[in-house]
Order: sequence, then C-alpha cells, then structure tokens
Amino acid sequence: MAKYIVKRVLLAIVTLFVLASIVFVLVRLLPGDPFSNPKMTPEIRANLEAYYGLDKPLPVQYVTYMKNVFRGDLGYSMKYEGRTVNRIISESFPFSADLGIRALCFAFFFGIILGIIAALNRGKKLDFLCILIAIIGTSIPDFIMGSLLQYFFGIKWQLLPVAQYTSFRHTILPSIAVGFYTLASVSRLMRSSMLEVVTSDYTKTARAKGLSEFRVTFKHQIRNAITPIITIMGPTVAAVLTGTFVIEALFAIPGMGKYYVDSINMADYTLVLGMTIFYGAFLVIAILIVDILYGIIDPRIRLSGKKA
Amino acid sequence: MAEITRERFKVIGKNTKSMESISRPNIGYWQDAWRRIRKNRIAFFSLCLIGLYILLAIFAPMFSQYDYSTQNVNEMSQSLSSKHWFGTDALGRDLWVRSWMGARVSLTIGFAASIINACIGSILGGISGFYGGKVDMLIQRIVDVLYGIPSMIVTILLMVVIGNGVHCLIIAMCMVGWIGSCRFVRGEVLKLRESDFVAAARILGVPDMVIIIKHILPNVMGLIITNLTMAIPGAIFQEAFLSYIGLGIKPPGCSWGVLAKEGIAQLRIHPYQVVVPAVLICTTMLALNLLGDGLRDAFDPKLRGTE
Repeated sequence: MAKYIVKRVLLAIVTLFVLASIVFVLVRLLPGDPFSNPKMTPEIRANLEAYYGLDKPLPVQYVTYMKNVFRGDLGYSMKYEGRTVNRIISESFPFSADLGIRALCFAFFFGIILGIIAALNRGKKLDFLCILIAIIGTSIPDFIMGSLLQYFFGIKWQLLPVAQYTSFRHTILPSIAVGFYTLASVSRLMRSSMLEVVTSDYTKTARAKGLSEFRVTFKHQIRNAITPIITIMGPTVAAVLTGTFVIEALFAIPGMGKYYVDSINMADYTLVLGMTIFYGAFLVIAILIVDILYGIIDPRIRLSGKKA
Repeated sequence: MAEITRERFKVIGKNTKSMESISRPNIGYWQDAWRRIRKNRIAFFSLCLIGLYILLAIFAPMFSQYDYSTQNVNEMSQSLSSKHWFGTDALGRDLWVRSWMGARVSLTIGFAASIINACIGSILGGISGFYGGKVDMLIQRIVDVLYGIPSMIVTILLMVVIGNGVHCLIIAMCMVGWIGSCRFVRGEVLKLRESDFVAAARILGVPDMVIIIKHILPNVMGLIITNLTMAIPGAIFQEAFLSYIGLGIKPPGCSWGVLAKEGIAQLRIHPYQVVVPAVLICTTMLALNLLGDGLRDAFDPKLRGTE
C-alpha cells in the first residue's frame, strides 16, 4: 500500500510539472501579448517587459518561473495592476469551491437516493421515472440547464433569485445547474451496482437470517453498492470544476471561471499560467486522494498493491 | 417377452455429411448485432433519428430559400410560422436554416473528433497492450501523466493558440481526447492476448500483424464502436461549451453551441430561440446515449438470445 501511495504521489508531481511546462509554452504562443495597447510607446513597453522579466531569453524565464512556483509564488498579474495571482485566486476560489461543493453534495445525495429507489423498484413505474431523470440529466448541457432554471424559477414563477451569490437562496439554482449532470451519472451507476447487489448471495443470506427488509437494504445492500461510486468521484470533481466555468458566467458569480476565460482572452501570461497550475494541482490532488481512499476501502486493490 | 436377436437390428444408413450440416442459417457476429439492434426498439429509433438529423443537416440548408447568415431587419425575432419553421433570431436570420447549418458543424465536430480519437487511441492502446514491454511502459507513462491534466484546460489553451474554426476545434479536442480509448483498448487487448484462440493462432505460426487484424481487432471492434457512440455526445458537449464561452465557432458561423448562446441572450423575451437549439442538442445526446446502450447490449455475446 505504501509503495502504491508513493508511486501515485510521484506520478502526481510529474503530471503537475509537465502541465506547467506545456502551459508555459502554450501561453507564449498565444496571439497578441499583454502589452498590445496602441498608446504604448516602445520605451514604456521595454520598461514593462523588463519589469515582468519578459526581455530575458525564454529558458531563463522558464527557470525563474518554475523556481517561484515551487515556492508557491505565482507572480504578478500583467493586466490587473498591482495584484498578485495568488491574491486573485484566493479571492475568487472560495466562490468556485463553495459552488462546487454544494453541487457535489446535491449530486451525490440525490443521485444515490435516485439510484437506490430505481433499483429497489426495478421494472416498475418509479424505476422508469428515475431512469428518465438520469437520461435527461446526461443529455442537457449545463449552460442550457442553467438558463432554463433561471427562466422558470427566476423569471416565470419568481421563486428564486436569478443571479448573484449572496445568500442560501442564491446558491440553489447554480448548484442544481452544475450538479445535475453528475447527479444523473451517479444515479445510473448506483442503480446498476445496486442491481448487482440485490441478486447477490449475501443478500439472500441476510434475508434467510430473517433480517428486516430495512436492515437488509441499509446494512447489507447499500454499504456494498456504494463502493463503485467512489471511483467516479475523481473525474467528477473535474467535471464539476469545468461546469462552474459557465455557470459562474451565467449567474454572475465572481469565481475563478470568469477570471480564467478573461485572462486567456487578454493574454495575461502569469494569470493564465497561475490559474492553470492551480486548477491542475487541485484536480491532481483530488484524484490522488480519491484513488488512495479507494485503495483503502476496496480490499481487492489493497491486496494487489504490488501489481498496481 | 420377445427375444432380442441381432437380426432385428439393421443399419438404415448413415450420412456423415448431413450430420455435420447446420440446419439454421449461420449468423455472424455483425449480423447478430444488427439483428439485435433492430429488435431493440429504442436503439433503432435513436439510430433513425440520428440518420434523420444527418440528412437534414446535409439537405435542409440546400433546399431553403433563406441563407444562414443573411440578416433581415424586417423579420426580427419572429416566432415559429409556416414561413420560418423555427422562427427567426434577433437579427432576422431564419432559424430553420441556421439550426441545420449548426447541425453540420456540431455533428461534424462530434463525429470527426470521436472517430479520430478512437483511431489514435485504438492504435496506441493496441500496440501498448499487444507488445507490452518498453513500448507499453512508455505509452502508459505518457497516458498516466496526460490523464491527470484536465482536458478542458488544455483544449481551451489550444483553441486560443491555434485559432477558431471547425478544424482547430477538432485538432484541439484530439490532442488529449484519445487517452480514454487508449486505456480501455489496452485493457481489452491485454485480456485477449492471453486468450486461447490467440495462443492457437500463434502456435500455427500466424504473423503478429494478422493476429491483430484478424483475431483481436474483430473482438474489440464492438466495444470500440460502443465507446465511440458514447464519446460523440461528449465531443458535441465540448464544442457547445467552447462556443458558449466564446472560444469555439465565431459568428457569423454557427453551431448548436453558438445558437444556444445567442438564444440565451434572448431568453426573457423570446424563449423559443433557446428552446430550438436546446431541443436539438438534447435529442441528439439522448439518441446517441440510448444508441450506445443498445449497441453495448447488442455487441455483448453474453446477452445473446436473452431478449
């Protein structure tokens, strides 16, 4: 197990390093540069470039940047004057994280419940309804989902606020919009893993022992069926994070997604780089934790640790 | 009790040929899959719907009197009518034509990106799984590293670097999109490589290339096609997403993502403008997902004869 964890951590570090290098090169290839302002004289331009170190040869820039990143310093933004990338991230990330966590909670909670209901009522109308919700959920892009929610709940029925992110009521619609796709995939997975468990031998044994239906379901079936859900948590975090990109724009939430898209369009080298590294690190760590957790929970992986 | 004597038994004739003959027509793997997909009403309907969309995408813009980019100030934001079947948008452009022009772009991107990804992934995954050793090590380390990188971020950056347009979108999606199919094809090939029929072929002295093409590929093909069907909605989603945040197709060009974006701007006043592209995207996703489910069942030999 220890060997497995060490290997995964090393892999994560290499991944981050490669990511940072790719992005470093790609950012320099962006059309335009951060100082393409017609009013700018060549002298000011040269000054600015010297200030940000852009006049030095690329390898030198690369080494300096990597050293700073290693110390946790992502540099100054080139467009938002006087603000460091660290500060922009620390101001905007809490909003994205808040939205993401709410969406994940919503998606996993209802997704699992929906999956269980569907599996326990296999072939009945309730099952059909749950499958229908799941299929619809995987078929609607999140931004369309978001705008439909805004239209019906915000404008037509005037139930919930359309935009902004200040109170609990404001968080409901964006969380649903971000989480609905995940909800659908969780419920599909939960249903199929539940169906496998329902026909298993230990369920029969539990019934044969004379346990109540409630105990069979909660103590024996759900506990076993829920394990596969953990595997999709890693990729899910990625999906939810990119989901927040659009939903933040749609609901006017001052999260990272907005800064990210803006920084690309403005060719703000340091901000793009910093945010990408941050996103990447966040994701890599999230997937790492999920994988290790899964290794601990599932004895089959724990035992075959040598092979993996 | 009657005595049983040898004379009472006689050979009435034995035809070794007819013993071996197969009484029912032989159904091959593909014929069987096709037969089962036709029986599966939902999957078959999905297949027809996608076919219909493709036909409409090709022919609808050709046979309409309107052009997808011509603006008409006199006919702005008109609702659905016999003149404009899907209404017109905020600039007076006919939405029927725009929808199917958008379908051309979205479907092209969806199909092209997924097919290219599946090809690259299958080739690399196949090599990696079949030969193993150092090549496998190398490819797997690359895959491991790339898998950890959020694909959307790389796609966005690539889009910005190489520019907008259909080709660029497809290229950007293919840079990282092949990893999924590579991983799963490798797994399948690893399993098949150890199977008895490959061992038999090897003993008979069949060269590697023929083993791959004749013995392994047909067995993985069903899974690859199923995966491909499931990957197309993802690619269409991605295109819509990129166009929505302004990095995909640029106006006046249109795709379903662009139409949805333009529609959402008019949501409060003219909701039908978002409903049209939304319905198109959703039904396509739905049909492809259901078709994928159906294909998975149809290609699974274990489910043969269960329905």
